[in-house]
Amino acid sequence: MSPIAHLSRRYSFSASHRLHVDAISPEANRATFGKCNNSFGHGHNYMAQVTFSGHVDSATGMVTNLADLDAFSRREVLDLFDVANLNTLECFRDLTPTTENLSVELWRIYSQYPHARLERIRVEETGNNSFDYFGEGAPAAHEE
Amino acid sequence: MILLTRKADFSAAHFYWNDAWSEEENARVFGKCANRQGHGHNYTLEVTVAGDIDPVTGFVVDLKQLKDIMEREVVSVYDHRHLNHEVPEFKTMVPTTENIAIAIWRRLDGKIPNAKLHRVRVYEMPTLFADFYGEGA
Repeated sequence: MSPIAHLSRRYSFSASHRLHVDAISPEANRATFGKCNNSFGHGHNYMAQVTFSGHVDSATGMVTNLADLDAFSRREVLDLFDVANLNTLECFRDLTPTTENLSVELWRIYSQYPHARLERIRVEETGNNSFDYFGEGAPAAHEE
Repeated sequence: MILLTRKADFSAAHFYWNDAWSEEENARVFGKCANRQGHGHNYTLEVTVAGDIDPVTGFVVDLKQLKDIMEREVVSVYDHRHLNHEVPEFKTMVPTTENIAIAIWRRLDGKIPNAKLHRVRVYEMPTLFADFYGEGA
């Protein structure tokens, strides 16, 4: 069997969001979300880092063909999220568009990529905030 | 046990090609990476080793020693070279980022005193990298 390697690719997209929950009062929203609750929203340059693992194909030298992964990302992620208002998207209709929830949504999308096994989603909201998601049921503690 | 990571850079040329395939098949699978004139990248290598802290020195490994091993085994062989034409392992392996990480693991494994190779990470560019944790991982 050929060796297993991990391949990571980073994609950037820019989007706006507002953290707000209808079920709680305006005061509670303000207390919980601070300036992220400002009425008209604000935006970030997000960086999504996706990691896949798989056997390195002996003919191609690849875990997965980047052209396939890039095309999938364009179609399933960037066309949806880039230059969008996250609050208006179907996936955030009943869910606050925090970067945690965005990470889980990206896991849901990339877990459907057919050519390799999804290992990790990392989303960097700013240069100072990043979130990692390893899928449901994954151990909380992980190397790195 | 603690993990220690050292970085090094090298710049090299490569192209993707499988001799068993037709020119059309190579172009279909590898796209512009199949251009036989080659193209190049500034690669960044991150070598992570695992070991216990020496109670006297406070080191896992002597960083200078690790730097010298990486220089001797990898950077001096890969830097400013055409990987397909000048680095022996890529006569039989396509020099993808995945295979470069595997080849570097094989060059370094067992050569670092007092520590165990934990991970080899190779960045082909800031938005693309491969990790290898060993043959049985």
